[in-house]
Amino acid sequence: MDRVAHDRLKWKCRRGLLELDLVLGRFVERNASALDEGELARLGELLELPDNDLWDIVSGRSDLYAAGLGDVVARLRAC
Amino acid sequence: MNVGLQARKFDAIVVGAGGSGLRAALELARAGLRVAVLSKVFPTRSHTVAAQGGIAAPLGNSSEDHWHWHMYDTVKGSDYLGDQDAIEYMCRRATEVVIELEHMGMPFDRLDNGRIYQRPFGGHTQDYGSAKMAMRACAAADRTGHAMLHTLYQQNVKARTQFFVEWMALDLIRDAEGAVLGVVALEMETGEAMILQAKATILATGGAGRIFAASTNAFINTGDGLGMVARAGLPLEDMEFWQFHPTGVAGAGVLITEGVRGEGGYLLNKDGERFMERYAPNAKDLASRDVVSRAMATEIKEGRGCGPEGDHVLLKLDHLGPEVINLRLPGIREIAIKFANADPIKDPIPVVPTAHYQMGGIPANHLGQVVAPRGGDPEVPVPGLYAVGECSCVSVHGANRLGTNSLLDLLVFGKAGGEQAVADIRAMPAAHKDLPEDAAARPLARLARLDSASGGERVAEVGAELRKTMQAHCSVFRFPDMLIEGVSKVKQIAARAERMSIQDKSKVFNTARIEALELDNLVETALATIVSAEARQESRGAQARADFPERDDKNWIKHTLWYKEGNRLEYKPVHLKPMSVETFEPKVRTY
Repeated sequence: MDRVAHDRLKWKCRRGLLELDLVLGRFVERNASALDEGELARLGELLELPDNDLWDIVSGRSDLYAAGLGDVVARLRAC
Repeated sequence: MNVGLQARKFDAIVVGAGGSGLRAALELARAGLRVAVLSKVFPTRSHTVAAQGGIAAPLGNSSEDHWHWHMYDTVKGSDYLGDQDAIEYMCRRATEVVIELEHMGMPFDRLDNGRIYQRPFGGHTQDYGSAKMAMRACAAADRTGHAMLHTLYQQNVKARTQFFVEWMALDLIRDAEGAVLGVVALEMETGEAMILQAKATILATGGAGRIFAASTNAFINTGDGLGMVARAGLPLEDMEFWQFHPTGVAGAGVLITEGVRGEGGYLLNKDGERFMERYAPNAKDLASRDVVSRAMATEIKEGRGCGPEGDHVLLKLDHLGPEVINLRLPGIREIAIKFANADPIKDPIPVVPTAHYQMGGIPANHLGQVVAPRGGDPEVPVPGLYAVGECSCVSVHGANRLGTNSLLDLLVFGKAGGEQAVADIRAMPAAHKDLPEDAAARPLARLARLDSASGGERVAEVGAELRKTMQAHCSVFRFPDMLIEGVSKVKQIAARAERMSIQDKSKVFNTARIEALELDNLVETALATIVSAEARQESRGAQARADFPERDDKNWIKHTLWYKEGNRLEYKPVHLKPMSVETFEPKVRTY
């Protein structure tokens, strides 16, 4: 991933909830360089969710996410 | 004309798209004016989304209530530092702004009869502080802030507010008379600066809790409006007053609910001592928030903190057993594992008093106008400039804020600021004022410094040092030696920040550049906070000093004004006289 794409992704991970800032920040730090285009697109889809819905998914309280996003969700939950 | 920067004209610019900014923008857009809202992130990702508790309003749906009772609670909660005219104004307009929000589609919880359900909340009482709680908080489950943001955003889209998302305002433009003519802002996508000219500029940039190492605030809360105001030569008011929560996860800031101690969890220092037994022999770990916070800070200050830096204490709950932890404290185990790397079924959670809400800010009156001393009058409106929400100091929260009054503040003063801006714009000539030749000089110099400096201080290191210093020297309990040393340390950090450099100088979507610009604002906010705190020789509301443990009404019923130039302080009187009722005279505060 080039510098601009990395920074764009990093900024999409700036959220209204501190919990998400922390988890998404770790995720980008650990995984950003290794994400392929498909994973990036699936992550992008998750990042479009409202903060509370996304946090419910990341913290494991909810499984209400689109089919096909399971791999990215699992990696977020592990962060 | 102006140094080659592109300029765009609007009737009004709102900086920040949280609750107060969106409420102000809505008022302007509905009046048919051209409104631009600038936001670093998509509006519904503003930090207002984190507000859970509710919106205070004396609707009287769930218990008897009256605006005057609400006013009493707010004045008392402010520890008599709040301006009583502004507090009366807020409480009297509370019902109106909540009903309005309901009509916009806000999904409030409801009673069987269809009215808005209201619940009790700490500090809100019936009959002027009686033992009976007022049911005054209007909520949408535990997502009140989220629902409010979405409701207001949709209404703004309908009213044709123009959003500039992923834009960061850098500095105010002022003319020779001191009037504000707009802002210089940076479009993150291109990295280019632009002049946004307006007849009204409304700052709604939220709190700046990121000045502390332990903070519940999201990363975006960097005090951008405060920095802009300070650099423009205007003061910041009452910045020594920050509300802290006793138990945030050390190093992360995520809150651990007080319910953990309610269920039997307790605090330990590095010697394994249950230290609250010394500070509060009866209530122990269930003593009030401020007592627990001060005890924790004392243990850390006196060298009994835990961890390699000795900068936190431990919250032990393994003795409760997995069943109690899983059943009665849902989510706590997940939070501790995720953010503290500790499973509370086996290990204690490292915790520290954590900054939550900023009571001080940009001095504003109840009409949202930014005010500053001029010619002997302590509160002369700055033409063209308004501030609303947590970045402002109206001051309705005074020295401490009651829960659920912050969302009310956003709605009432967002609306009032919008109304005042509409009236002011309509009274102005159709043409915008001419920009001064040096309109963009300050922000362009800041950018040029970053674009040319090499081998200077690293942004992340200076930022971390600032947060660590503020946490150690100026957090929930303040010691004279630590404050004095802290002032000189923060001044040194400010000097280091002047020499910041970034490695990658490219403009297109460069987050390192944005973070450097944000750090300028954090530095102004931190200086204002610690200089104001060192000077206030009393304990009042959220300012607790070890050397001046009492409130001093004879000398300190006054608002602090901090100026960037020379780190100078002035003071101005508190408005003790309400608009239509009698003053609530200062009394000893007990709950």
